[in-house]
Amino acid sequence: MVSPTIDLVIEFALMLAIGAAMAILFLFISHLLAPKSKNPNKDQPYECGVVPESDARAPMNVHYYLVAVLFVLFDLEAVFIYPWAISLRELGTSALVEMFVFIVILLVGYFYAWKKGVFEWE
Amino acid sequence: MNDAIAQLIFLIIKAALMSILVVTLVAFIIYFERKFAGFFQGRVGPTYLGPAGAFQSFGDIFKLLSKEDIIPAEADKRVFKLAPYVMFIPAFLVMAVLPFGPVGGTPNLFGYRFDYVIANFDSGLVLLLAMGGIAVYGVVLAGWSSNNKFSLLGGLRAGAQMISYELAMGFAVVGVMVMAGSMNMVKIVEGQSGNFWDWYWAPQLVGGIIFFIASLAELNRTPFDLAEAEQELVAGYLTEYSGMRWGLFMFAEYVNLVVVSGIVSTLYFGGWHAPFTVLDFIPGPVWLLIKIMIMVFIYMWVRWTIFRYRYNQLMSMGWKVLLPLSIANLAVTAIVIAIVG
Repeated sequence: MVSPTIDLVIEFALMLAIGAAMAILFLFISHLLAPKSKNPNKDQPYECGVVPESDARAPMNVHYYLVAVLFVLFDLEAVFIYPWAISLRELGTSALVEMFVFIVILLVGYFYAWKKGVFEWE
Repeated sequence: MNDAIAQLIFLIIKAALMSILVVTLVAFIIYFERKFAGFFQGRVGPTYLGPAGAFQSFGDIFKLLSKEDIIPAEADKRVFKLAPYVMFIPAFLVMAVLPFGPVGGTPNLFGYRFDYVIANFDSGLVLLLAMGGIAVYGVVLAGWSSNNKFSLLGGLRAGAQMISYELAMGFAVVGVMVMAGSMNMVKIVEGQSGNFWDWYWAPQLVGGIIFFIASLAELNRTPFDLAEAEQELVAGYLTEYSGMRWGLFMFAEYVNLVVVSGIVSTLYFGGWHAPFTVLDFIPGPVWLLIKIMIMVFIYMWVRWTIFRYRYNQLMSMGWKVLLPLSIANLAVTAIVIAIVG
């Protein structure tokens, strides 16, 4: 086709379009076939038959946010490791030692989070 | 006809065939899952529609299509409608990087070169992990936009669970990258040429097992289906969804099951390679399909055999066991590769 980069864009755009088209088609057929009967009782949130008392968007346990922050840190670490991993054969032992220093520094943070009880759920 | 147009035609054929094949496969996998569930639990499973109930999934799809689509009055309507697409579409992008036969080389079809992959992408493995990350958005957005306490809890649980296990998954695949020296799925499969003991499952046994466990959590399947634990959360983030919108979530779940089985086969079980080099006369796509079906069966087997974990067990397993193990696996692989070469 044209050039390697543009080819990739075309290929991924095509797959994206097929996926989106399939989802839209299903919902469109459903829109044509499905019955529509409005009723304010149907539009209430489902809480096992009890009338909902308050809005669902209440403050949540802070643990979820701690896990998310740790995820961002460790996932960034993983992304740093990827280019090192694919060129390890050419770089040899010196790169190995450098990466071990990097991982050890991050493991210190990991054990700090462990001791702080981020991974303990009650 | 010049080569560019031929490649474009091939691309359209490949993309259409791949999507149709996976979607048809999904319909039968849903039937197999129900049949296996029946077998494991001493029941018969679906029997009425078609021979031995084989058309059950098509009946289900028509039922879902003709069901009313209810959007709660308090819901964030745009996000509520967007969430099923966010779950559904990434699986199709992952399909693009899965090779199902040899790539490159001499012209092999009507004088043109036919590559058995949709996108020969150098960072295929990163794309795959990124799409896993986007699926988390689908779950969290669905849970948040429903404005229902069960949905919100299910969405948050699923989000925390999926990102925790994605970490272990991300570190486990580094072992494969070090072995293959590439992030391109095509090169990873080429690195596994030979008999079945040359595949990466043998040197990457620990990494493979971690990847498999993490993929169970990514797929939200039992034993890690905390997001829709029906005894405590009704249906988790799916509580407010009905009709075909709910159907799209279920559909996406099974498309993801097929795609993840394909990824596990490609990374650890030789992709389209035959288990013995003497069997190379059977084309690659057949082998990949057989491997995908075996992996799908293993996922079903696990689902109907092991019961659900408690949430604190799940999180401590992800963070305290799988993450250190995957880093240790990476370290051992890197030492062996750097010293032996």
